Amino acid sequence: MATRLKETDVVVLGVGLVGAILARELTKAGLEVVGLERGEPRYTVPDFQGPAMHDELRYSIRKSLMMDTAKETYTFRNSADQTALPIRRLQSFLPGTGLGGSAVHWNGQTWRFHEADFRMRSLAAERYGKDFLGPDYTFQDWGVGYADLEPYYDRFEYLMGICGKAGNLQGKKVPGGNVLEEPRAREYPNPAQKEPFGSAMFRKAAEGLGYHPFPGPSANMSRPYTNPEGVSLGTCMFCGYCERYGCEHYAKSSPQTTVLPVLLKEARFKLRTHCQVQRINLDRSRRVATGVTYVDGKGAEYEQPAKLVIVGLFALNNVRMLLLSKLGEPYDPRSGKGVVGRNYTYQTTSGVNVFFDEKTNINPFMRSGSCGTTIADFVSDNFDHAKLGFLGGAYIGEVMSHGRPIEFHPTPPGTPAWGSQWKKAVIRHYNHTSVVNVHGSSIATRFNYLDLDPTYKDAWGQPLMRMTFDFPENDLKMSAFCTERATEIAKAMGAKQVAGGPRTRPYTVTQYQSTHNTGGTVMGADRSTSVVNRYCQSWDAPNVFVIGASNFPQNASYNPTDTVGALAYWAADAIVNKYLKSPGPLVT
Amino acid sequence: MSSQRPSSPQAPGPVNPARRLLFKAAGAASAAAALPLAADAQPRAPQQAYVFFNPAEAAFIEAAVARLIPKDEAGAGALEAGVANYIDKQLAGAWGAGERLYRSGPWREGSASQGYQLPFTPAELFRNAIRAINQKNANFPKLGAEEQDAFLDSLQKGKDDLGGVPASQFFESLLAVTIEGFFSDPAYGGNRDMVAWKMIGFPGAYSDFYDWVDRHGVAYNAPPASLAQDARGTIHVHVVQKGK
Repeated sequence: MATRLKETDVVVLGVGLVGAILARELTKAGLEVVGLERGEPRYTVPDFQGPAMHDELRYSIRKSLMMDTAKETYTFRNSADQTALPIRRLQSFLPGTGLGGSAVHWNGQTWRFHEADFRMRSLAAERYGKDFLGPDYTFQDWGVGYADLEPYYDRFEYLMGICGKAGNLQGKKVPGGNVLEEPRAREYPNPAQKEPFGSAMFRKAAEGLGYHPFPGPSANMSRPYTNPEGVSLGTCMFCGYCERYGCEHYAKSSPQTTVLPVLLKEARFKLRTHCQVQRINLDRSRRVATGVTYVDGKGAEYEQPAKLVIVGLFALNNVRMLLLSKLGEPYDPRSGKGVVGRNYTYQTTSGVNVFFDEKTNINPFMRSGSCGTTIADFVSDNFDHAKLGFLGGAYIGEVMSHGRPIEFHPTPPGTPAWGSQWKKAVIRHYNHTSVVNVHGSSIATRFNYLDLDPTYKDAWGQPLMRMTFDFPENDLKMSAFCTERATEIAKAMGAKQVAGGPRTRPYTVTQYQSTHNTGGTVMGADRSTSVVNRYCQSWDAPNVFVIGASNFPQNASYNPTDTVGALAYWAADAIVNKYLKSPGPLVT
Repeated sequence: MSSQRPSSPQAPGPVNPARRLLFKAAGAASAAAALPLAADAQPRAPQQAYVFFNPAEAAFIEAAVARLIPKDEAGAGALEAGVANYIDKQLAGAWGAGERLYRSGPWREGSASQGYQLPFTPAELFRNAIRAINQKNANFPKLGAEEQDAFLDSLQKGKDDLGGVPASQFFESLLAVTIEGFFSDPAYGGNRDMVAWKMIGFPGAYSDFYDWVDRHGVAYNAPPASLAQDARGTIHVHVVQKGK
């Protein structure tokens, strides 16, 4: 029997980026908040310190900071006519675990989406006609627009101390920044990071081809910074151990380096780690959440009653939590009805290796997680799709984050996979190869979705979530087009040889691509096609807010974290200034 | 921003590579046994003992890694770098026992895109496959290089069942751990003396390139650093106890 605990005002599920921000905002508003985190408590000191942190085997290959798949994982299949099987080891995407969540091990790319992303269905119809892609594509509007979120993007970027150069200040174009971005109210809080060698070559090549290169926005500090919470960050040292690692230098924005130091001193906040939430409990009407049930590290079960439930888990786990709690109607791909698990999308990535002569020292190990020069000329709807037959796009950039040799030892096509020839090719090319990345959008279709697996269970006896996904035709076309543009730029960088190709089917869970799993609890204005309203509030139980990349109705060309942070502040503002004054549905 | 690189410690220890090779040449079985050595004033290299592999398994692994990453005019290969030792310790430890591996059934053969679906831990997978290889091809370690390469090639492309493990699956695992052992920190028992890092010019566990990153194209020639290196430059190799 579960031990029933004293009721709290708010229970926050997952103390990562979303959980920490919501807990901070809600305790500031005077509420008592309990934060439930499944993983370890962990801090810059002592947990992320060098030299132990600089261990490629332990962190990149054995994935020590990631969700423990011995206990819980997902099942996967490419299409609904296959039997899904468990992802027995994480490879394609890497949800983190522990205090700070995936925002501890991220690289730090911090991009704002475009209006054409937030109003994708409406604007594509206006520009290209109503049935441009046909009925299988279920992309839709978000129910919020860029102008709604701009102040919250701003707030999040100042919390995180993002480094970059604005290209559009209140409508005024600023050369050297991203002139194709939506207008921002003010400049980034910090200047862009230093530009590495490969990025400088990319800049020249892209400019020569008539594009608009700019430094990618980075959460790796270009200088010491103190954020509005009074928390200080240090300067990034370009150590080359960023993604899949915690930062020893306090130089990567994470909950630990931006908000937790303040939150953890707050008496109204109670952090409980090693707590595995089993479900959100609903009352008999199933219209009101009464709290959650969780199992602690010793295996004891507790019921934590709460007036307000904030679901701030990793995107995939947000979806699973609603499915396990039977909150909201699960999506059925045959009828097209139901919403939870609908519009699961990903990121369509590809890359081009740029092989230089032996005199050109790329020094790939001198990098930060997100330093690099990029172009947005083929992002979202920044270019005309009328004759291309697809929607969406990609940013293209030289954004290498490391030269760690187990993961990075590029060889030209035709090189054997082992033996003396392989070894000599690795030695020849290791320090003389740059990579141009293509970071592309992912459109929603009626075929790609998430539901509960009928067979496989986690260590607590609960069903795993089942992922049914393959790359839609639209995204294959997008990837082919954008990878061709990337290859042209790569050739113009002065390389001896370039090698790469677009993303192809089938999607495989055996190769790292991106941890940008999005959708499944999407937001929107119409409750028949969304799980939460424009304030990330559950349509079914108004005292449940679900926040994260699971809210994206489809995924954009850019990395999701800036938009997740903006949604966190947007939802927090709605809770504090609207919901608390009159608890109930914020949209009727 | 001051971030001068401190003077780098020299490469570790008076380890005599020739003698280490002598140990190897003596074979896996005797390498694990006490070595009758004359009094030696020099500090001795840590004696290599296999804690997972039996002698026949060790003989296969040593021969195989020596072909996957061979010693050649470019420098040491996997064997000289201690990769057989690395694999032994990995299989004896938590990873070998299935750390972070979802192990619940039912077990079904999936599509390639669904990834690893065998019921074996890495330790079981290696043991089963090497046992099957040694039953049929016990002479593999004694073959010439070309014949060994041909056999490894047949594993890579093969569909043979090696004690329940498809040959190509075993080869893929073997190649992956060989590359890991070659390039991982020497603390784990491979990449001895950081030989693989020196070969490609990777600085290892070093943590600060702030003053270097905008010196475009600079030749960075400082010796690498191990995370297990003390102030005198000695690398302390992590010892893994044999366990389940």
